[in-house]
Amino acid sequence: MASIDTGGGDSGHKKGPGVKKAKRLSTRVDMTPMCDLGFLLITFFIFTTTMQTPTTMDLNMPKDTDKKEEQNEVKQSSVLTIMLGKGDQVYYYEGQLKVDATGNNFQQGTFKGIRDVIINKKKEVMSRYVADPKDEEIKQKAKEKGDPNWEKAALDKDFVVIIKPDPDATYKNTVDILDEMTINNVKRFAMVKITDDEYALIKKTEESNGIK
Amino acid sequence: MPSVKIPRKSTDFDMTPFVDVAFLILSFFMLATKFKPQEPVEITTPNSVSSDILPENDALMVTIDKDNRVFFSAFAEKEPSRLDDIINSINTSKGLNLTPAELQNFRKTVAVGVPFSQLKSLLDVPADQQINLKQAGIPVDTTGGELTYWIQAAKSAFAGRPLKYLIKGDGQSKYPSFDAVLTALKKNDQFKFNLITAPEDAPKGTELYDARHASGAKAK
Repeated sequence: MASIDTGGGDSGHKKGPGVKKAKRLSTRVDMTPMCDLGFLLITFFIFTTTMQTPTTMDLNMPKDTDKKEEQNEVKQSSVLTIMLGKGDQVYYYEGQLKVDATGNNFQQGTFKGIRDVIINKKKEVMSRYVADPKDEEIKQKAKEKGDPNWEKAALDKDFVVIIKPDPDATYKNTVDILDEMTINNVKRFAMVKITDDEYALIKKTEESNGIK
Repeated sequence: MPSVKIPRKSTDFDMTPFVDVAFLILSFFMLATKFKPQEPVEITTPNSVSSDILPENDALMVTIDKDNRVFFSAFAEKEPSRLDDIINSINTSKGLNLTPAELQNFRKTVAVGVPFSQLKSLLDVPADQQINLKQAGIPVDTTGGELTYWIQAAKSAFAGRPLKYLIKGDGQSKYPSFDAVLTALKKNDQFKFNLITAPEDAPKGTELYDARHASGAKAK
């Protein structure tokens, strides 16, 4: 490492006694601390720049329509409805909501568990797949996009997730559940307003579980 | 026996080029870095796995803070005159009687977060001091509220250019205000939005993770 020049080491007594020679000071400076500081700042700037890049998430909403022919029909058996509630809680049911003596399919879960619910439902829907000549189009599109699994692209065409955030759900929950759609490759999902019945049901469940 | 004398070499070396390079890189990073733009409120965005980059020009941004206040801002660095069009159309359609100085001030305003009735008093304040002002947020409701008019004005001002609609929400904000913002956008026949989020890795073992890693680096 660079060091401070000790300066005229051999300027001894050549001129004899009495003649004092002014000590020549070196102009060399130790660069190490400066160098350290420089690199410290570089590291700082590198880290701050890469960590601050925000990303965006695309969200396409359909146009609200009352016309019957423009609305999409979905098979009841392949629908999963997810509702978002207070305190990061998730509620879900498959098909149509049924809360009476004959059975209750309203279930409660957390964000950690909802992924498995989605995956399981998707698998179930895919296992019930019936081949349809129209599906060739979907396969062809997937192939053009460069999907390596294009042969299987049409398997989950019936699978639909309906997302219903309730008025107590946070924005973060909403983004998380939309993210879950991307993560699990759910191609069809919709954000729908929660119905009063469902909201009342969530309220009741929240009360009994003591979630504030 | 004559001993071999190894000449003692100095361990000193010149550090100057090293330092030069260090500072060159340093100045490059300092100049290339963009500082975080000034914001009316602190927003903590939620994370998402998406990796799209945020557009910075020709964009509208609707901000929702953790108290559910809604702010409106427009970015038109290349053509600031479009910002004048927005405020002019708001001024005439709402009869706000803004002075030319107040209209001018809109260009520098970072974000508007007040109802139309308070817009005049907001634009009276110099742009760099607006940050100290307590803004109540643009009123939104299930039918869109005043935000609808802002988006309408911006849409006509940016006519002929592709305009991006960004929504930046705080993770703590409640869903109804986000829904109201979506309604305001939908009323203007806009159905494609970008939600600003912080990046996050795809969780292991999921379909997305497999898809991204199967196609290697090109999927980035």
